Amino acid sequence: MPDIDGADTAGAGFAMAGVSVAFGGLVALSDVSLEVPPNRVLGVIGPNGAGKTTLFNVACGFVRPDAGELWWRGERHDRLRPHRLAGLGIARTLQDLGLFEHLTVLENVMVGAGRHARTTFWSSLLALPGHTREERALADRAGAVLDRLGIADLADRTPAGLPYPVRKRVALARALVAEPRLLLLDEPASGLSGEEMAEIGELIRGLTDRMSVMLVEHHMDLVMSVCDDIVVLDFGRVIARGRPEEVREDPAVLAAYLGEDVPAEPGRSTC
Amino acid sequence: MATETSTETSAGQERPAHRRRRGGRLGAFLFATPLRRHLVLAVLAMVAVSVALESTDAFRNGQLAAMAYFGIAAGGLTVLVGLNGQISLGHGAFMAIGAYTAALMLRGENPLPLAVVLVAAAAVALAAGALVGVAAARLHGPYLAGATLALAVAVPGIPLHFSGVLGGEQGLTVRVPAVPDWFADAVFFVTGQDPGRSRYLGYVGWFCLVVTFVLLANLARGRVGRTWRAVRDNEVAAELAGIDLGRARVLAFVVSATCAGLAGGLLALSARIAAPSGFTLSLSLLLLSAIVLGGLGSLPGALVGAALLTFLPQLATTLGQDLGLSDVRAAELAPLAYGLVTMLVVLFAPSGIAGWVRRRRTSPSSSPVPSGRHET
Ligand SMILES: Nc1ncnc2c1ncn2[C@@H]1O[C@H](COP(=O)(O)OP(=O)(O)O)[C@@H](O)[C@H]1O
Ligand SMILES: [Mg+2]
Repeated sequence: MPDIDGADTAGAGFAMAGVSVAFGGLVALSDVSLEVPPNRVLGVIGPNGAGKTTLFNVACGFVRPDAGELWWRGERHDRLRPHRLAGLGIARTLQDLGLFEHLTVLENVMVGAGRHARTTFWSSLLALPGHTREERALADRAGAVLDRLGIADLADRTPAGLPYPVRKRVALARALVAEPRLLLLDEPASGLSGEEMAEIGELIRGLTDRMSVMLVEHHMDLVMSVCDDIVVLDFGRVIARGRPEEVREDPAVLAAYLGEDVPAEPGRSTC
Repeated sequence: MATETSTETSAGQERPAHRRRRGGRLGAFLFATPLRRHLVLAVLAMVAVSVALESTDAFRNGQLAAMAYFGIAAGGLTVLVGLNGQISLGHGAFMAIGAYTAALMLRGENPLPLAVVLVAAAAVALAAGALVGVAAARLHGPYLAGATLALAVAVPGIPLHFSGVLGGEQGLTVRVPAVPDWFADAVFFVTGQDPGRSRYLGYVGWFCLVVTFVLLANLARGRVGRTWRAVRDNEVAAELAGIDLGRARVLAFVVSATCAGLAGGLLALSARIAAPSGFTLSLSLLLLSAIVLGGLGSLPGALVGAALLTFLPQLATTLGQDLGLSDVRAAELAPLAYGLVTMLVVLFAPSGIAGWVRRRRTSPSSSPVPSGRHET
């Protein structure tokens, strides 16, 4: 397989090679390559409008790139459709969480577990024993994830009215219950207190025995402590990449991003 | 039947919330699975229906039959609108399709059995629903409303163009098949009376309603219903969870149209005619208002709405006559009463009558956990 800009497209992980996206005249992404090897955490950082959200949208099939290749587990996926992602073992959380407000917390998570469901429309229509068993299995699976995230007692509530950090956990549970091989996290720490942020960082590190993670984040502390590798975007271009300690020292990064006095400032949301 | 007494709630707190069971051994057995729950309700409903049909005259039997077909159409519509968030101003059109299918099939000397006719009415509406649903899945809000509105207006025009086959303005008269012997014998055995045709149609209609509602409740409770509600609440998140939005929407539309087709077939039997005047736009709008009154997404609500559609006009007229109004004047009260009820519901029970009842039932026990929306 070709190696474009050092992205190992043949690898067992996720890779983008030479991806470019333009909205009208505006270049949102320009020749971006990156890879997320198995069981690693890649952080994507960059100032406001750098193209981070667009990058995620390309990875999910919401935005089709004008040029470039998407690779997942050694296969090319240039025509990704968002609803096929779950089946491919890719899950994503949304920055605005996107909870199903009129479903219970448990149901929210059960929807995320749809990948594990096998029964047909007809077995649902007739409420056949197989379907009922499967529903129970999905509920147990969802309950277990809620338990792991410490919100099992809220299973029967609707998300409306729950505190924001709890809502974030529900969204995370919905992504995790699919047992993805790649988890895309859009600003997992925004709106969290320092303590909660440390917890989420630990949680993300704990996921790497089962999956790779790509995250967009503004809290430098979290990015630096959680990520194995970091890609820095500015005006749609990759201006630096490397291990956290390398990126931290990179003059281009300091100029473009860190120089903005952003690093430790919490709650700056740009996506 | 979904009531949880406060003792059960506190007893259930040790177990994980999603595994909470309702108390009592027999209850535990009968209500262990959604299917058993729905079947128990279905049997109870059928008993209640036969009591109602046997203790009333032919006129009331006819009204009950009408309530049944309105209920079936409203049940299908409330699933579409309430659970999946799609709007249809054109469900009367699918009723028309079902009605004409039934009318055409009952024309010959030896028509097929009634069950086959009704299944065919539903099946033709299913096919039409699939066609419309594919288009509908791409439309949103006002565009979908407009498209289904056009459907409601256009379909009753079709018989005028094909008046040779479809009877034009006059429509097709429907020959109601004779009451089958086994049915007459069974009713005679229990009640000592021979059932007339309207009583027979009452049974047929309510049997269809109970079957339809059991199936719809199964769907609503299970994965399909959850998928529909997820699509309604957040499209992007639903897609990321692996749901094909278009498929989910078309499926909801098809299910809903199939119900309307069955309802139309029953309407043709009850009215003994399928004519364009029976399927005007106001039928579609009345159906929509019925499910709003009952409570969107609620099957009991759909039944309440159907009861209002059926009985309120006559109730208002009778009341008017009792108050000394002339017959014409009294008849004018019906839309007024319907409008008044709609206003009251919108003002005092925005989640419909079913939602209001549910809240009344749950609030005194003051459970600390709001029960959210449980649509079944
Ligand atoms: N759908 C869109 N249509 C037009 N322009 C867009 C669209 N999405 C993003 N952009 C533009 O692309 C650039 C990158 O945006 P985005 O990916 O949201 O950046 P970030 O998430 O890093 O803040 C911005 O200038 C933004 O205005
Ligand atoms: Mg962004």
